[in-house]
Amino acid sequence: MSNLFNSMIEWIDKRFPLTSNWKAHLSEYYAPKNFNFWYFFGSLALLVLVNQLITGIFLTMNYKPDASQAFASVEYIMRDVDYGWLIRYMHSTGASMFFVVVYLHMFRGMLYGSYRKPRELLWLVGMCIFFVLMALAFTGYILPWGQMSYWGAQVIVSMFGAIPVIGDTLQQWLLGDFTLSDAALNRFFAYHVVTLPLVLLVLVFVHILALHETGSNNPDGIEIKENKNPSTGIPVDGIPFHPYYTVKDIVGVVVFLFVFCGIIFFAPEMGGYFLEYNNFIPANTLQTPDHIAPVWYFTPYYSMLRAVTVNFLGIEAKLWGVILMAGSVVIFCFLPWLDRSPVKSVRYKGPYFKIALTLFVISFFVLGWLGTKSPTPLYTLLAQIFTVIYFAFFILMPWYSKIDKNKPEPKRLQE
Amino acid sequence: MKKITIVAILILCIAPFSVYAAESGMPLERAPVDITDNASLQRGAESFVNFCLTCHGASYMRYNRHRDIGYTNEDILEKMVHTGQKVGDLMLSAMRTKEAEEWFGVVPPDLSVIARSRGADWLYTYLKAFYRDDSTGTGWNNLVFDRAAMPHVLYQLQGEQKLEVNGNQKSLLLDKPGQMTGAEFDKFVGDLINYLVYLGEPHANARKELGIKVMLFLLGMLVLSYFLKKEYWRDIH
Repeated sequence: MSNLFNSMIEWIDKRFPLTSNWKAHLSEYYAPKNFNFWYFFGSLALLVLVNQLITGIFLTMNYKPDASQAFASVEYIMRDVDYGWLIRYMHSTGASMFFVVVYLHMFRGMLYGSYRKPRELLWLVGMCIFFVLMALAFTGYILPWGQMSYWGAQVIVSMFGAIPVIGDTLQQWLLGDFTLSDAALNRFFAYHVVTLPLVLLVLVFVHILALHETGSNNPDGIEIKENKNPSTGIPVDGIPFHPYYTVKDIVGVVVFLFVFCGIIFFAPEMGGYFLEYNNFIPANTLQTPDHIAPVWYFTPYYSMLRAVTVNFLGIEAKLWGVILMAGSVVIFCFLPWLDRSPVKSVRYKGPYFKIALTLFVISFFVLGWLGTKSPTPLYTLLAQIFTVIYFAFFILMPWYSKIDKNKPEPKRLQE
Repeated sequence: MKKITIVAILILCIAPFSVYAAESGMPLERAPVDITDNASLQRGAESFVNFCLTCHGASYMRYNRHRDIGYTNEDILEKMVHTGQKVGDLMLSAMRTKEAEEWFGVVPPDLSVIARSRGADWLYTYLKAFYRDDSTGTGWNNLVFDRAAMPHVLYQLQGEQKLEVNGNQKSLLLDKPGQMTGAEFDKFVGDLINYLVYLGEPHANARKELGIKVMLFLLGMLVLSYFLKKEYWRDIH
């Protein structure tokens, strides 16, 4: 039996690099042995991606991208399709959980300096994944054609209209119409189920290739490749990804599924955060809701969009909002070059970085919370203050990371 | 490091649960919802068909779905279908949208998922909060939904209430009693709202039942995967 198996593998290996790839990416890909809690979220993001692809395919079998039928077709899935409710909740919960794991994955990178040399490209590809994910979330949220789908999309689309000179034309080109209508629903459906998933898959593939070229960072932020066993050429502090991290990630997957299934089966609306209450009202083009709030994962940026209330430097307030909103996401791309610290990991960084990172996390949560609220003068003031703190984390980084009082990095991984 | 981890997890767990503010000024009463109570759902379904379906539709819901709440197809045809429709048909409103717009100024909203957008407590309080107001077109007004286009459909059961204003406090007093006592009417509306909650998500019971099985399965998986990991990692530390 094992002979037959071996000769089969041999047959394949002569025609396709199966064994060599298995070794390069799994059984002989050496990962640092001290991965902690924060290192589960990369593989979990992959799991959620697969969940979204599979449940998404099944949803398209009954969903109708037609402004007069979309809402009803979702309810048809929820009621009349066998286990349609489960597939739909897996997809809607998956969308939110995608952002949960990706935010935690990105925060891990910020904690341990995973964006630093030699992983700048890895980080940039990751940022592209994040942009595509945002586009996917946006186009997907339109599809049920509820009130929040419609009016949320209206807000986002009008942002393109705020761009000087080309704004109006760009907006019409995006919508395929002068207003948000059936034409837009149809094309957003096409983007959501074909274009963006294809781009996402390619980017994820490139992300993993780039990771396996540089090797994984670790909580100590030191390069394990600098300390190899002279006879074998294997990093002394590295262990094969398979089986060690595959079995460890399975534990992470099961724990994650506890949370994921807990939401799907017992709180699929998540108190109005994963499925907004107002989105159970069919889109009404004549009735603007009192309060338009995007889904929770966009609320920090939404706060920044609304934070600018006056025109200054000759630029309109609305355009400032769009600039800040776009800037707040794009600025992550510059992290590899903003961080001038001689050490990578927060473990060895000094107090300035720790304070700055803490303030950044607080501002992210406060802005996120404010984004769910109707604006009041106090809330707008808070949004302005925390927008400044949010950007200060990045803009002042070259300065505070340079003068910080760091601790010396160890030569070998710490337990 | 541990501290950051714990704080981050805590924040992520709590954030989605922070209170979703109710915008209405009137304090809402808690609706007695129990979608496993088939007797209550059946009473609610009959009231729904008799009182609501005349003007409102539940057009995403099929009659024969009500086998979920203990009916047979024959029961459904006898107790719920009064308009000559088939048992597999959608629960459409008897009223035409054009007529509705002429009579009420708005088309009565579809009620299939109304409990998911308004919430059970809002609906429960709303149906009990109609009072006489001669300044409106219908002769009725509502404490929860000011100048609601809907008249007080259940007034024969509840009786007529009038508004008492005491400074900033507004309250309702029963002016002329109806066919039901206060407690009977509360129960009647409670059953109706219970049914609306079921109508919003007919598979909610099945969802929770399957959920418990899935969680138990995951518990087994957790034990297995944990010991598998421990076994492999013995040679690392």
